[in-house]
Amino acid sequence: MSAPFDPNRNLANVSLRHVGKPLVRTDAPGKATGRTPYAGDYVMPGMLHAKVLRSPMPSARLVRLDVSKARALEGVALVLTARDLPDRLAPTDIPGQTGQTRLKTDQQILVRERVRYHGEPLALIAAESVDVAEKAMSLIDYDLEPWPGVFDPESAMRPGAPVVQGTDNIVARHAIGKGDIDAGFAAADMVVERTYRTQFIEHAFLEPEVGLAWVDENDVVNIRVSTQVIEHFRFIADAIGVPHNKVRIMGALVGGGFGGKEDITVEIYLALLAKHTGRPVRLEFTREDSFVGHGKRHPFILTYKTGVKRNGKITALDVRLVSDAGAYVFLSPYVLLYGAIAAPGPYLIENLKVDAVSVATNNMYTSAFRGFGSAQACVAYEQQMDEVAQAIGIDRLDLRRRNYLKTGEPTATGYRVPSAVWTERCADIAWQALGEKTPAKGAIRIGRGLAAYQQSYGRLTFLHDTSEAWVGVEVDGTVIVRSGVTDIGAGQASALAQIAIEVLGVNMENVVVYNSDSAVTPLAGTTTATRALYMTGNAARVAAEAVRGRLVARAAKAFGVPVDDVVLADNKVSALDRPDKAMSFADLVRLCATEGIQRSELAMFRAPFTDRLDPATGQGQAFADFTYGAHAIEVAVDTETGEVTVLKSVACHDVGQCINPAAVEGQIEGGAAQGQGYALSEEMIYREGRLMTPSLSEYLIPTAMDVPVVKSIILESRSGVGPFGAKGIGEPALTPVAPAIANAVADAIGRRIHDLPITPEKVVRALHGID
Amino acid sequence: MRKALELTVNGESVSVMADTRDTLLDLLRDRLGLTGSKEGCGNGNCGACTVLLDGQPVNACIVFACEAEGSDVSTIEGVAAGDRLHAVQQALIELGGTQCGFCTPGIVIAARALLERNPRPTPHEIRAAIAGNLCRCTGYDKIVAAIEAAAGGYDAAPAGKR
Repeated sequence: MSAPFDPNRNLANVSLRHVGKPLVRTDAPGKATGRTPYAGDYVMPGMLHAKVLRSPMPSARLVRLDVSKARALEGVALVLTARDLPDRLAPTDIPGQTGQTRLKTDQQILVRERVRYHGEPLALIAAESVDVAEKAMSLIDYDLEPWPGVFDPESAMRPGAPVVQGTDNIVARHAIGKGDIDAGFAAADMVVERTYRTQFIEHAFLEPEVGLAWVDENDVVNIRVSTQVIEHFRFIADAIGVPHNKVRIMGALVGGGFGGKEDITVEIYLALLAKHTGRPVRLEFTREDSFVGHGKRHPFILTYKTGVKRNGKITALDVRLVSDAGAYVFLSPYVLLYGAIAAPGPYLIENLKVDAVSVATNNMYTSAFRGFGSAQACVAYEQQMDEVAQAIGIDRLDLRRRNYLKTGEPTATGYRVPSAVWTERCADIAWQALGEKTPAKGAIRIGRGLAAYQQSYGRLTFLHDTSEAWVGVEVDGTVIVRSGVTDIGAGQASALAQIAIEVLGVNMENVVVYNSDSAVTPLAGTTTATRALYMTGNAARVAAEAVRGRLVARAAKAFGVPVDDVVLADNKVSALDRPDKAMSFADLVRLCATEGIQRSELAMFRAPFTDRLDPATGQGQAFADFTYGAHAIEVAVDTETGEVTVLKSVACHDVGQCINPAAVEGQIEGGAAQGQGYALSEEMIYREGRLMTPSLSEYLIPTAMDVPVVKSIILESRSGVGPFGAKGIGEPALTPVAPAIANAVADAIGRRIHDLPITPEKVVRALHGID
Repeated sequence: MRKALELTVNGESVSVMADTRDTLLDLLRDRLGLTGSKEGCGNGNCGACTVLLDGQPVNACIVFACEAEGSDVSTIEGVAAGDRLHAVQQALIELGGTQCGFCTPGIVIAARALLERNPRPTPHEIRAAIAGNLCRCTGYDKIVAAIEAAAGGYDAAPAGKR
């Protein structure tokens, strides 16, 4: 047997056959032919259709709720209100795998008395058809009495503000303190202080939330659902009051997530309705349901005060972050923590102070969204770098070069990054790749901007994250991978196939991946936090290596050669420099099967386990590793209309090791488009808590006409903690885009718009000096 | 109110009972079991339900089923000829043009319609043709590249046989 497999061994000289190649993804043919069933494509005999009645008011007291007419309507099977669920609460904390105690943030499933946000559910209906369910909704009588509300976090923090959560609306605070902040400012030649604001935005995945639930003959509640997290089964079981092994989640391929399907969406409603009726129930959110029914990206108010020497060395940074948590806590404490840790960006700041607070309001609740607090921080720290450079009169890239964090240096929390930190290389390459500047013409001005970043991949290490995968070989030489990982479109399942065939030396058409079933595939954790490849990819690799070890040992015996001389490639087994020694992979597997040698392995990968950060100083390890890179942008600004056009978009990221470079480019190109929407066109507008943009004709995500061709420059340091030295790229692809665009617009017009999105109206106002 | 409708779907004559309030998308998905066309918004903003109605791309979620009476409807299920994929499908698969895939059927339909009326479109014409098909994953680059490749006489082979 070979030595135990170490996933973090030195990989510099490993040559790869399948990993790193743009192989056709296992999920692509089904999607291009329309054959892939999504969660909304399943039906069952006797199925009921559900609807959710929602509050039209953001802050109110429910004084009367009469469902008798709805219940009496022919074709209505069930109407549920809070009165039917006296002791039931919905968990909203981050789903845990290792038994961590969850925050005390469980919330009402249906409104009992207080309505806290526009869209909060009042009643659930299950009926024989969608039409009947809608008719029943219209027959529910209710009276809502307006209740004093509060609609921005700064007001919500003031004494005497209406209380939405807890006693003072403060849902989380984090502090980071490092070095001597006063001495740092005393040593500065200049201090620059600015406040930046980001907006509510919506994930706008193309597939609205949908699921189908039924109770089986063993009293297990089965839910087939579009989700990033099948391991919500525990929370769903807690919410409906059954043991954890009586809820099974089957996730189909997901029609987009971006964090918006990280929290529970339709599952508890479906579980309750299926359990109470004993019949299958389907619930599909309309687009409007989706817009009012899941959490948004947190708006942040970010105040940066930077002390800097004339030579560009930053001596101190004082950051204050305020996030709008909306009406319920959900993942706000974690998003805030990410923002606080990310606050200084990819820079070595020896004297640092971060004060971060998340505040409840009667706006829509806010939760996970690709970038998870780090993206908001980047919007501020990268604009601040440009403003500091301008204030002291040095080149924007030079200022950054003076201050980049380097490999082995401590982050904001004092953790020394173990992997390559190639920020400077990425930034310089991206900037150079913009090429010759487009000439300005008439009313059109041209500007350029850059943003670098540091973004974690993998969950917070104090969450003690684990992931499992199973790899087995069949006697005909085919390979099966089983893992609970959900595939939300980035190719999470296909990556496992590529990893398994790399290790086992078979080809892509010989592998099938089964994923995303909480009862039958080994639990792999969430597809969130840019962790799926890192965690589950490592688990699959460890499992495949164990199978390989047994196969190779048997082949070595058969060939009479050392194990290190056995080569597995192209569905064949051979011995180095011994052309007479060869057999098919299938023959080797059959030989092992005959002798009872185990042909499968279940492996668990564990991330580093740490304690929580020091609560006073914020020091300690928070993440396993980080991804670094930069995005460079050229824009044209029409000074007459205020319209901003992105002309050039260049990304350069060190991804450690590509598993599938086409999929990596896909993440980068998609992140560029999403970041452009964040910078220029997207905003969920709430007036006094009411959503004013409930459709895709009011909430504007970029179309094919709005975005430029993205140039992706992918560097591979092979230094990450993922399989084969991979780092994560899902969230990092988005993070630097919006600040790069904001910097380009400021460069073009000579004025900075400090609040996203940079709409034509704001540009025209800035150009005319109107506040 | 129920009504019997006669129409052609993917080249086959179909006779089906529909509710007069059904959209064409309801008819396809719920009454005919053709679930390849997706509902992303229900009000004509996203293009995930794009089908051809007498050769023209339409959002099936804002066309009444009754309006399709006597018409010829083409959906994603009818694009491949058995194992042989359309060049747009093959190119999307091989060039990484699908991610979550929810917009893909609508894009295949819109792209096929484009190539039938304009076999050599420019990248700008491709972008204009799919401007009504929202995609949140890809940033459109690989979709545009795939349609361009398909227009350039992309060799369509059965899926997974390359």
